Amino acid sequence: MSTPLPPIFHEWFSSRGWQIHPHQQAMLEHAAAPALLLVAPTGGGKTLAGFLPSLAELSNGEHEGLHTLYISPLKALAADIKRNLSTPIGEMGLPIRVEDRTGDTSATRKKCQRADPPHILLTTPESLALLTSYEDAPRMFAGLSRVIIDEIHALAESKRGDQLMLSLARLSTLAPRLRRVGLSATVDDPQAIGALMARHPDPVEILQADPGPAPDIAMLETETPPPWAGGGGRYAIPAVLEQVRQHRTTLIFHNTRAQAEIFFHHLWLANEEGLPIGIHHGSLSREQREKVEAAMVEGRLRAIVCTGSLDLGIDWGDVDLVIQVGAPKNVKRLVQRIGRANHRYNAPSKALLVPANRFEIIECQAALEAVREHDLDGAPRGAGPRDVLCQHILIAACVGPFWSDDLFAEMTTSGAYAGLSRDAFDACLDFCATGGYALRAYDRWQRLKQRPDGLWQLRDPRAAQRIRMNIGTIQDTDTLKVRLRNRGGGKPLGEVEEAFAASLTQGDTFLIGGQIVRYEGLREMTVEVTRHAAQKPKVAVFAGTKFASTTRLMDRILAMLQQPDWPDLPAHTRDWLRLQSELSHLPQRNRLLVESFPHDGREHVCVYGFAGKNAQQTLGLLLTRRMEDAGLHPLGFVSTDYATLIWGLEPLRDAAPLFARETLQEGLETWLAGNAVMKRTFRASATIAGLIERNMPSARKSGRQATFSSDILYDTLLKYEPDHLLMQITREEALRGLVDFGRIEEMIDRVEGRIDHIRLERVTPFAAPLLLEVGKVPVVGAGRERLVAEEAARLMEAAGIGAADPGSLA
Amino acid sequence: MNKLTISFCGASLEPRPSGALWWPEARLLCVADLHLGKAERMARRGGGLLPPYECAETLGRLDTEIEALSPEVVICLGDSFDDGPAAESLSEAHCLWLARLMAGRDWIWIAGNHDPAPLSLSGRHLGEFVLGPLSFRHIAQADGPTGEISGHFHPKARVGGVRRPCFLVDRRRMILPAFGAYTGGMDLSAPEIAGLMQSNARAILTGATQAVLPMIAA
Repeated sequence: MSTPLPPIFHEWFSSRGWQIHPHQQAMLEHAAAPALLLVAPTGGGKTLAGFLPSLAELSNGEHEGLHTLYISPLKALAADIKRNLSTPIGEMGLPIRVEDRTGDTSATRKKCQRADPPHILLTTPESLALLTSYEDAPRMFAGLSRVIIDEIHALAESKRGDQLMLSLARLSTLAPRLRRVGLSATVDDPQAIGALMARHPDPVEILQADPGPAPDIAMLETETPPPWAGGGGRYAIPAVLEQVRQHRTTLIFHNTRAQAEIFFHHLWLANEEGLPIGIHHGSLSREQREKVEAAMVEGRLRAIVCTGSLDLGIDWGDVDLVIQVGAPKNVKRLVQRIGRANHRYNAPSKALLVPANRFEIIECQAALEAVREHDLDGAPRGAGPRDVLCQHILIAACVGPFWSDDLFAEMTTSGAYAGLSRDAFDACLDFCATGGYALRAYDRWQRLKQRPDGLWQLRDPRAAQRIRMNIGTIQDTDTLKVRLRNRGGGKPLGEVEEAFAASLTQGDTFLIGGQIVRYEGLREMTVEVTRHAAQKPKVAVFAGTKFASTTRLMDRILAMLQQPDWPDLPAHTRDWLRLQSELSHLPQRNRLLVESFPHDGREHVCVYGFAGKNAQQTLGLLLTRRMEDAGLHPLGFVSTDYATLIWGLEPLRDAAPLFARETLQEGLETWLAGNAVMKRTFRASATIAGLIERNMPSARKSGRQATFSSDILYDTLLKYEPDHLLMQITREEALRGLVDFGRIEEMIDRVEGRIDHIRLERVTPFAAPLLLEVGKVPVVGAGRERLVAEEAARLMEAAGIGAADPGSLA
Repeated sequence: MNKLTISFCGASLEPRPSGALWWPEARLLCVADLHLGKAERMARRGGGLLPPYECAETLGRLDTEIEALSPEVVICLGDSFDDGPAAESLSEAHCLWLARLMAGRDWIWIAGNHDPAPLSLSGRHLGEFVLGPLSFRHIAQADGPTGEISGHFHPKARVGGVRRPCFLVDRRRMILPAFGAYTGGMDLSAPEIAGLMQSNARAILTGATQAVLPMIAA
């Protein structure tokens, strides 16, 4: 059954000289589907396609209350859509009220929206979760007819998506006839996204819009070849600048914020004619970002150096070139980035790749071929995370008393949780109610209590306010604001990670927002800086996202290495591959190449696992532990997406025992427990699950000494109850996230013991670049303690006190 | 491990890696801010249900120090309990444990801002306590006497990329780190702390490496 388009719409389309796109028509025809997913390239009129059925259904003015809920991952997008909808609604005189609701909406406005909801409400996953927690949610959502999820491909990859789908499960309980509509960019497996968004086990109908012409994509040609190692792509600046000159507006994407900063700095130094170029990334202050966005919309900028912060969102209009600096790591994201150029239907997007080093030339070539063959990579996310489930149990309790059977039934209609066992659910419920500890300490103070009639409810109804204040799954990393000194509360320049701030001493210089600043001191948890005219800053190492290259891309590279020749690669790279093949081996997909050789007075081992940066890093930690046990005295290692290079004092004689699955597994168990990655993961999960409150009802300022680090809770649980639910969740999360042990296992399975250990006299062509990589990890035992002592001695000396006997103070 | 001894207002004191302060001459052990019952208090107020092992952990640490030093006097420098009710709801096992630690010692509970009410536990309950050149109270006084030893602020210092609880000491006063398991910390740069200490004050880190550093640099 379809929603017919009233004549006034046809008139409006023709008055603008537009034609309805075939996929917009198809969306109308399939409007009755309980779950409908539209896959369309950027600029295909996707959003209008999503809204057309709603506008048509609402055009007769008969619907009372909320009809359509629109969810986007970005607040800014909600505001943007509101503007865009006002044009057709205004010009056709449709009796439709549209409002947005995000964290930025005023409290008064929000109250009105609950009492008298608009026909179309535009919001974010977090604001929706909050809305479903109110007692009046059943009334507000009773008449809801459609929900539109924009950029669902981005949400589907994160806990924000899991949260959203649990909220949708609730909405479907409140409004059983609710239809779900997803709008997605090009993805590898629409069926998987469909299964996440549909009410389980409803089928999903998938509409594929015409993908438009193939993108015009190539590697940027430069006069100098890329360096052997490192990232950043500085060598390509003259060529990039030339491209900026030749295009109207260029987006220059980087994989990390630090690289974006450094690149921008050097681009600016080389920009002799003063082309207007801006920078945009997640560490910059909101004011800074908004300024750049505004300049962009007005067409005042010729280029923007940016990171994933511009992956989604507002239509920037006039972008006609996208440059990706550094290997794209992920073909799907590359395609979406390329789509940022030419936001017009049926115009090919133009993109250039800039490999940052020799190995990345191969990866870029592999990515180019993948884009041409539409071979997108996707990683299955696995079962829905239980920390988000815990949060939703608490949210359900905020609404009022509930039956656990009903809640379980509702939650398992959400695709990611369809396979959730009753036991697992009950463990989460117990965690929310009692803390779920072996020591039953909170009988009097349970958070949720089961009443004599069997219903569950909050013990103290005032807890609802605390729970609502902590809804959401986005984690603020520990960042500190950076401000110019003597600008009394002036606007911040941006933020840096706490660990980075801790590594600074007065006089250090670093880059932020494209300018070099000098660190003056830490004051009230703010990094104070002054402007500084140095040429070479201390590198800004605030992290941003560190992506690992996908399995699919790695497989393509391995396949490429098996070719007899490489006519598509530049000559210098071909020579390099040939030389490696002659002197050692080229890595193969079903074998593991391990080289060992002496170099510079140290013994080296290079392991070509092609498991992605995070997994290779973990592999480095595990292998060096083993080598330490075996008396090989490893001193340090470095990892890239492709390989791990370890150096030490003794040569490796037999590689095979190092890679026994059980050995690695065992090493993982012992190493993981005390690891900082685990603590960070624990903090995130404990916050999402409601154990730690980010926001407190009373002002936090009153007792700064009262808040304590989640590391203490982790250490306590590790000591007293290592199998607690939250520890289980932490382990799961770390293994699929930063530790990425899954990919080590994949590699071990793929290789099945076929290890080629080659003993060589000197460093090989493939291993040589690794010697130049940054991010070397020293193997430490008592090292950390020594570091603390040395640093303290240095500070005493600097203060002119000398590391003397403290007793001399008196 | 090397013992760290400092000479403070005529007394020879040992700041311990645990955060406790030991005065060998007086056989006196002093710990600040145990905050026992913090997890219980949070739960009572409808907050998160924290791992309920905090009393066991804190008492365990105290037990270790008492075992190692056999003090005659033990001073708990205030905020020993997270609030009044927390003191009342200490489990029976923990009450017994505490009683065993207290047995045969002069045990002094200094009142804190979290637990000002008289406690039902045995031992002496005082607002402050003076012994020889030293005076013990919960919160440092702006113009307090020389030789003042206090807690309350939970000072923490960062050095070499780590953040650890620390002692603060200058010629006149000493501030102890919090000894309790579930306690956070306040940065040395916070005006509340910085304003109390002289410019040549030093921070002494707790933990395996008892580094001493100038407070202004930490």
